[in-house]
Amino acid sequence: MATAPLKSAPRNAEQRAAAQTVRRNWLLSAPALALVALFASLPLGIVLVYSFLEAGQYGNVEWRFSTAGWTSVILTRDIFDGTVGFADAHLTIIWRSVKLSLLTTLITLIVGFPTAWFIATRPPRSRALWLFLITVPFWTNLLIRTFAINEIIRNEGLINTVLLRLGLIAEPLRMIYTDGAVLVGMAYVFLPLMVLPLFAAMDRFDMRLLEAGYDLYASRWRVLRRIVLPIVRPGVVAGSILVFIPALGAYVTPRVLGGGKNMMLGNFIELQFGQGRNWPLGAAFSMALFAVVMLAMLAFVRAAGREGGR
Amino acid sequence: MNRLIAATALLMTSAALANAEGVLNLYNWGNYTSPEMIAKFEAETGIKVTITDYDSNDTALAKIEAGGHGFDLVVPSANFISIYRDKGLIAELDLSKLAKHSNIAPEWANVEWDAGRKFSVPWQWGTTGVAVNTSVYGGDINTSSIWLDPPPELVGKINVTPEMNDVVNLAIMYVGGLPCTEDTAILKKARDVLVAAKPAWMSMDYGMEDKMAVGDVPASVYWNGGILRARLINPDVVYGYPREGYIVWMDSVALLSDAANVDNAYKFLDFIMVPEHAAMISAFARYANGIAGSDAFMPDDMKTAPEVVIPEEFKAAGHFLPTCSPKAQEYVTAIWTELQK
Amino acid sequence: MRRFSITSLPGFTPIALLAFVALYLPIIALVVFSFNASKSMSVWGGFSLHWYESAWANDAMRDATTRSLVIAGWATLISTTAATLAALGTTRTAAFRGRTFIYGMVNQTLMVPEIVTAVSLLIFFAAIKVATGYQGLAYLVLAHSIWCMPLAYLPIRARLEGMDLALETAAADLYASRWQTLRRITLPLMMPGIIAGAMLAFVTSLDTVVITEFVKSAGQDTLATFMLGQLRRGVTPEVNAISTGLLVLTVLLLAAFFLITRKRG
Repeated sequence: MATAPLKSAPRNAEQRAAAQTVRRNWLLSAPALALVALFASLPLGIVLVYSFLEAGQYGNVEWRFSTAGWTSVILTRDIFDGTVGFADAHLTIIWRSVKLSLLTTLITLIVGFPTAWFIATRPPRSRALWLFLITVPFWTNLLIRTFAINEIIRNEGLINTVLLRLGLIAEPLRMIYTDGAVLVGMAYVFLPLMVLPLFAAMDRFDMRLLEAGYDLYASRWRVLRRIVLPIVRPGVVAGSILVFIPALGAYVTPRVLGGGKNMMLGNFIELQFGQGRNWPLGAAFSMALFAVVMLAMLAFVRAAGREGGR
Repeated sequence: MNRLIAATALLMTSAALANAEGVLNLYNWGNYTSPEMIAKFEAETGIKVTITDYDSNDTALAKIEAGGHGFDLVVPSANFISIYRDKGLIAELDLSKLAKHSNIAPEWANVEWDAGRKFSVPWQWGTTGVAVNTSVYGGDINTSSIWLDPPPELVGKINVTPEMNDVVNLAIMYVGGLPCTEDTAILKKARDVLVAAKPAWMSMDYGMEDKMAVGDVPASVYWNGGILRARLINPDVVYGYPREGYIVWMDSVALLSDAANVDNAYKFLDFIMVPEHAAMISAFARYANGIAGSDAFMPDDMKTAPEVVIPEEFKAAGHFLPTCSPKAQEYVTAIWTELQK
Repeated sequence: MRRFSITSLPGFTPIALLAFVALYLPIIALVVFSFNASKSMSVWGGFSLHWYESAWANDAMRDATTRSLVIAGWATLISTTAATLAALGTTRTAAFRGRTFIYGMVNQTLMVPEIVTAVSLLIFFAAIKVATGYQGLAYLVLAHSIWCMPLAYLPIRARLEGMDLALETAAADLYASRWQTLRRITLPLMMPGIIAGAMLAFVTSLDTVVITEFVKSAGQDTLATFMLGQLRRGVTPEVNAISTGLLVLTVLLLAAFFLITRKRG
């Protein structure tokens, strides 16, 4: 072709520059990649390997291949009559974790949506203050926040003391060490995590659309449902992911507020590496949790993208 | 940035300077080491002691098994000493370095689980029983039915401390067996009783010294010394000895095979065999100790406390927990796993 | 007649205000009772600073705090540096094969539940500890570094994306070398993002409890694990005092962050 030689010369220089840029980008990313590969990905791979090994008698593993770790996630053998059945122990824990995480996401959404809207609709002067006020709990140490809730709902805690003093109850209400306590704790801990992405989405919302809606005689509910919600949907999705996923793997809150009896996945996994002495089972559960989280994120992201790329 | 480097350097050098004599890393039960005794040890030897907590024998064993822990001394219960020994996790003690070794009380000097005390030095001993806040329930508390077949006032208000061997063996004795039994009929009954009782429990947690004292927990399976401490704060808390059978145990200090500070460890082991120091340990955690001559230094309230001095009528029901055969241990572990749901 | 407010939606303001109250009430109660003269944490017994004194006198607490700060400092340094470089390599550049991969890798620990990361590092480091016998703080520093990496990366990347290439192009036109452009123009402009990332990394490192709990060796308690230990044991208002101290530190850092980002717009 007559044109080919003419076009190839400048293309080569362009390509060379582009290739150089790509090489430079990889080089720049190298330290981060090396760190993560060595101390995050590699250990994760080791966990996968461990899930296929045999449990040591007193902890750790024996280097023999075994699928016992994975099968005991859902199946169990009765120690006295040898019958194999479903490990409803594990299913209970999984179900409790999923249930509590979904409820936490729902509660934080219901409470967080108005809160984010409130902040987004403040005059610019005070908005920074309200934003600051919502970020402080967000950055407060998780332990401090869990401890603060513990102090409020204990038998001798603030709520019970006040109610007793007011004579509204005769005996302290037992709130601590229940599933409810864990739920309240998690909702409290994760609320700021829901509010911030919602606020980010609402911040970009054009308030004039509301005016347009009202001009067309829409009621407030209509405006909320048909105008606001569709536009801030990415914020809802982001907030839900940011709450659901850590909630599923929560460890500190259920440990402190659940009293060791109402275990969630995080506590159960820890148990296998301690008293439970079943590292392969713990590893299998960790991998399962990881897989579930990946799937949930994929589902969420897909749900966000489906409503048309806004 | 410069300040950060300075701070790090400071931390590392100060650690080095302050401990010209080195460090000692003790791995012990939580809330079980007397700060006064440690302070005295540090003052006398210049060794800095760090204490890391664990809440159960199994947790400690798991951590030590995993390797790379960095500890020098661990304090397992009697039934675990042979496990540690057989796995080579603890070292045989060079008795020539322990001048006070003869201070060990005669009844604890030559035990079935450590003949001649070549692997461990007594720390404290006690019993596992039941504790009840009598303002909530005033009936008979010297029975395991408090937690295995609870009275209505206590349903939903019981804590069962997750120490596997203690709990399962208490249940085994409740249904008529003996600890470490391999009788599957008995074991099955014990398992069923435990699983049936669990819905009536509130929690499976530690720290009853404070939690029972402030009223967060009205009833619990727990260790005698911890309950004595709770009673000293809240007189309503009473300790009961289950007549169906209760556990007697001893915790001893052992030297880990891969300890980095062996000489310091020997100094510590010798230190705790001095009667006054053993009494300091007991005075803090409120358990009896196994060192002869310490009685003279023990606090008065312990000399008559029902938690420490076992009442005559309950003496026979106490069983010292031996190391179970692997088969029996397997059953216990399996029952416990099922219970953990 | 009340003015019709465009932006108010039914019931939203009361819920929002209630949420703020609910968020702050436990924290305020915690702070208030740290000054309680009696041991109770729900009945006021008079004003006293003695819990602060006893917390300060607590050797283990001071030790743990120093360690927390040192680890956080190093982890912030490492993660922010690596994140800045990675951000420069993955932003404002033509899409290249592997960019999504890098993005995913850098943010890996954000997507993996903390307990899984903790368990994986427990196994991994235990093997190394046995093999090398090294027991120092490096394990914790590295663990915190990868854990904080995404939190340092995202704000830097956000800042970089919002930056106009015009200034850098102008610099190039004036024959500035790549390095000069980076040092004199890009980095200073990126600074708010880098500072934001560093602060996020620092606070996250201080906050990390699960990973530290699993990775630590003998005597390596951080403030977070120390507090966890206290919580599980039985609490005195000493924990309130320590919490209040940590809270004050966080608020100060946050206030600084807000002021810095406001100034630079």
